Amino acid sequence: MKARIVITLKQTVLDAQGATVQKALCNLGFSDVNEVRMGKYIEVVVADGSEAEVRQQVDEMCKKLLANPIIEDYRFELEGQEGKK
Amino acid sequence: MKKFGVVIFPGSNCDADCYHALRDVVGVPTEYIWHEERDLSGYDGIVLPGGFTYGDYLRTGAVARFAPVMEAVAGFAEKGGLVIGICNGFQILLEAGLLPGAMLRNAHQRFSCKYVNLRVETPDTVFTRMARRGAVWRMPIAHGEGRYYADPQALAELEAGEQIVFRYCDESGSITEEANPNGSVGNIAGICNKKRNVLGMMPHPERCCEQMLGSTDGRFVFEGMVSGLVGGVFAED
Repeated sequence: MKARIVITLKQTVLDAQGATVQKALCNLGFSDVNEVRMGKYIEVVVADGSEAEVRQQVDEMCKKLLANPIIEDYRFELEGQEGKK
Repeated sequence: MKKFGVVIFPGSNCDADCYHALRDVVGVPTEYIWHEERDLSGYDGIVLPGGFTYGDYLRTGAVARFAPVMEAVAGFAEKGGLVIGICNGFQILLEAGLLPGAMLRNAHQRFSCKYVNLRVETPDTVFTRMARRGAVWRMPIAHGEGRYYADPQALAELEAGEQIVFRYCDESGSITEEANPNGSVGNIAGICNKKRNVLGMMPHPERCCEQMLGSTDGRFVFEGMVSGLVGGVFAED
């Protein structure tokens, strides 16, 4: 089973990278770009199990290592759990 | 005789500077400690040096905090042992939860490598006991991710506990936006824990312990640690 995890800086935290890329896009002529937020995308492949179990496991991974809850938010979706609920 | 240890993680690159400053300049017995070490008995002070541990993968310090030695460092700190995290060492202490808050990329998209002025906010730590309150120390910084962040509640707790040890300031000691090299909240350059035996700071005291390097203010930090230990006030054994 594969977890697709997206980690972004919290809205309350200034995203210096995103702001820089936004400026670059505007310089390129994409003047309608109002905001860019950058983040991380992580794929984690885990042994198949019940969706609830895997969900709990991935949630724990995010909390303990993959994201820093002080500055980041995370969300994820699972792929390949069809028929294994 | 008191003994210091400088931890080497994969990717540490200020370890030799810290070792030199402690052993050769300050003159205290110092040893290197490999990141797989689990026993810190016999040491009185531990340095987590700067660098790019584990390539800064995921987040700065995020992987290093799981090195075997970090569990020992946490236990060492709990018992009152002195721990100083410099630059990447500070980032590791934050990720390990030994100090509150987190580190972000510099606000102005630059790797900042220059001398800065620091105002000593409290002389009430071993690390700053050589200073009077409000003294201005000159030290170099060298980092791309030194924007200290703590949410308002954590910040209020730091303020209330007088745990903010250094702030970036101008030459006269004024805390200004221009003097802030990375966008840190409240110009914060260094903080300590509640027990005041763990310090994290972005500037590099080990790089300014000899006049030929441009400043000797860094010596105060290490000499404060050593004299604090000799006084025996801070070690709990």
